[in-house]
Amino acid sequence: MRSSALRHIRTVFSVLVLLIFVYLFIDYRGTLGENAFGPILYLQFAPSLLKFIIAGVAASTGFIVIIILTLITGRTYCSFLCPLGILQDLFSRMGGMIKRRFRRYGFKKPYTWLRYFILVLTAGILLLGGVYVLTILDPYSIFGRFMTYFAQPVVLLINNLLASLLGKFDIYSLYRIDIVAYELAAYFIPVAFLFLVGLLAFRYGRLYCNTVCPVGTFLGLLSKLSIFRIRFEEDKCTRCGRCAMACKSSCIDFLNKHIDVSRCVNCFNCLDSCSENAMSYGPVRLGRSTQREDTDPSRRNFITGSLLLLTGATQLAHAQDDPPVPTKDSTVREDRLYPVSPPGSVSIESYISRCTACSLCIIACPTKVLQPSVSEYGFASIMQPRMDFHRGFCNYDCNRCTDVCPTGAIMPLMIEAKKLTQIGKAVFIKENCIVHTEKTACGACSEHCPTKACHMVPYEGNLLIPEVKDEICIGCGACEYACPTKPYKAIFVDGNPTHEAALKPEAVELEATPEDFPF
Amino acid sequence: MKRRKFLRSSLGAGVAAGAMMSFGRYEKLLGGKPLPSGANYDLVAVMGGEPAAMFDLGIQAMGGMGTFVSKGQKVLIKPNIGWDVVPDKGANTNPALVRRVIEHCLRAGAKEVYIFDNTCDNWVKCYKNSGIEQAAKDAGAKMVPGGSESYYQEVTIPNGKKLTKTKVHELVLSSDVFINVPVLKHHSSARMTGALKNMMGVVWDRGYWHRNDLNQCIADYTLFDKKPALNIMDAYNVMMRNGPRGVSVGDLSNMKSLMISTDWVAIDAAGAKMMGKEPSSIEHIALAAAMGAGKMDLSSMNIHRMKM
Repeated sequence: MRSSALRHIRTVFSVLVLLIFVYLFIDYRGTLGENAFGPILYLQFAPSLLKFIIAGVAASTGFIVIIILTLITGRTYCSFLCPLGILQDLFSRMGGMIKRRFRRYGFKKPYTWLRYFILVLTAGILLLGGVYVLTILDPYSIFGRFMTYFAQPVVLLINNLLASLLGKFDIYSLYRIDIVAYELAAYFIPVAFLFLVGLLAFRYGRLYCNTVCPVGTFLGLLSKLSIFRIRFEEDKCTRCGRCAMACKSSCIDFLNKHIDVSRCVNCFNCLDSCSENAMSYGPVRLGRSTQREDTDPSRRNFITGSLLLLTGATQLAHAQDDPPVPTKDSTVREDRLYPVSPPGSVSIESYISRCTACSLCIIACPTKVLQPSVSEYGFASIMQPRMDFHRGFCNYDCNRCTDVCPTGAIMPLMIEAKKLTQIGKAVFIKENCIVHTEKTACGACSEHCPTKACHMVPYEGNLLIPEVKDEICIGCGACEYACPTKPYKAIFVDGNPTHEAALKPEAVELEATPEDFPF
Repeated sequence: MKRRKFLRSSLGAGVAAGAMMSFGRYEKLLGGKPLPSGANYDLVAVMGGEPAAMFDLGIQAMGGMGTFVSKGQKVLIKPNIGWDVVPDKGANTNPALVRRVIEHCLRAGAKEVYIFDNTCDNWVKCYKNSGIEQAAKDAGAKMVPGGSESYYQEVTIPNGKKLTKTKVHELVLSSDVFINVPVLKHHSSARMTGALKNMMGVVWDRGYWHRNDLNQCIADYTLFDKKPALNIMDAYNVMMRNGPRGVSVGDLSNMKSLMISTDWVAIDAAGAKMMGKEPSSIEHIALAAAMGAGKMDLSSMNIHRMKM
């Protein structure tokens, strides 16, 4: 196919995809149904791959679809489906508007060594059962963090302005929401990447995708085998070089009439740029163009090897791993031995090896108890969400985070099962408690406890003081959140490294009802 | 429009029926001496009906909603919507009662009726799952958010012992009439929650109260200017233990009762009695009574008791 049709299709499609993903991350009112997340996130490569590693083919096939798509069409994913890629196109466009020079790309040599090093590093750590590099570099997750850390506050600000305005007219369909920043250290990575990705895209088009992004590099390898490609019509080309100038990937060497297919992201801008109709997109032709491509057996081996290892072999490698002991961090207040991972994450160990910190759960959580970690799980797991009971507590009747997680780090958990999943246990520190120190009534912890694991027992005089029944505590943190003491709480939840089953609170007989007024 | 018409006419019929019943059975109503607030009794208690029907009867005995709400006034109704639980759990004010209270206010000529609570669980979920958001919408009231500190304004509590200033919701200040509609429940720290304790839902920082002698703060709040014109206590399903959130329906006693009073200490004293407790054993009731916020001694009161 020639002409501008393909480019227009790409533009419209990618804008729609971007809008959907932006909405996903700014949906602060939780308007999306629980079943919306699966289909939207199905085709995101890295989350789908991780979910496959954890739960197998029944749970996740999206990445296989992408592999097949890439083998047929090339890196269509990068221009049509990757939200970070589309966002970069937006940045590039803005760059081009500011300076015409930024719109002219031209052919450049790839940073081959760097891109394959990053891919090998990411894949290697994944094989060892870790997710560390992927957490930082997965493009979908980077996009998610941009939205969570930068777009969401702006949206809330606009919401609050509108809500205040409407409030003046007695309309309360919009409501004001307090904008609370995350822990400062959690901004380091998103800010660094905003600069890296943003500036590169501003000036150099898709340089980030072709140098840093492990998903881009991996799909680039696959696309070397792709059937459909951009190609030159030898007899029509006048070597004007417009295509190379229009190429965001800087991958068209027009003098040699060669396109580095591993870097081509199928944006189809070149097709549009050629006034001679000398470029087209179609099945690769036998003959000079394919023979010229020097097939490198070692690369092929790398592809097949990675594919195999990334699927079955990882599961084996993972199963043989010794569980790493989560870092005990003395800077954590209230002497917490373990951080608390969200319900459905099964254990801290499995959770931190699966979460790419896309932050969708942070956005989706209605009580804002999910917050980015800094060092709680260990620095290597920075950004992965943890339960922060100083900022919120886990709503008893909610399992939203288990609905939205695309990687399977938080597995689906039915609400009744969630109510019996013990993610941690409450620990009472009598020395901090108001009732003990001030000799006045409090009991805020017990008020909030949904199972009454935290209950009040007689204390001095007429006072009551809390006591915790471990076996029915689910670690929701309502007690810790409600505890009014400062700076350290008198009750806190210590995480369970492996989540346990809590007992159901004892059922009681219905109360008798009075027949008459007792007054 | 049809639905509203139907509601109004059925409401009218209900009130008429209730009035007939009370005139028939309670002659005292005719001879009831007027109280300073304009109410017929210190306390009206109804037992044995559904929440809405009991309220129809009770408010009629009290002198009708017109005694408390005038034409064109802005009314704030403050139920207890503290928890993300369904109405059957008895942790929030019964939505059927809230709905009927709204309808009476509008019938009395209220210009606008507002509902809000600073909830304990996530407020969006509380509003929805308590059934109160829907009840308010159906009855024609406005459900106002309370989940952001920006909705609260600092006020001073004159002569408060522990609570001298606190941030209250702007609606408390801007409305003409304030109606307190608590649900009667066991409470793990205050031992009982009713009309006085319900005020913890109009302020922003409850933690301050907990840190600084909870019971004294609850009593201190009664010194704040803007007091409820009317207190309506939902005692339909009364949580007898594991309060204020409740663990199971086994915690509930189906008392099918309702109390109405202009005196929030008296109504809490009646609530305490209903739960089998002495009012004086509930520290914040005793403190509030001692501070002159109301009367705790039910024996000296003009109480109107009704059974359906």
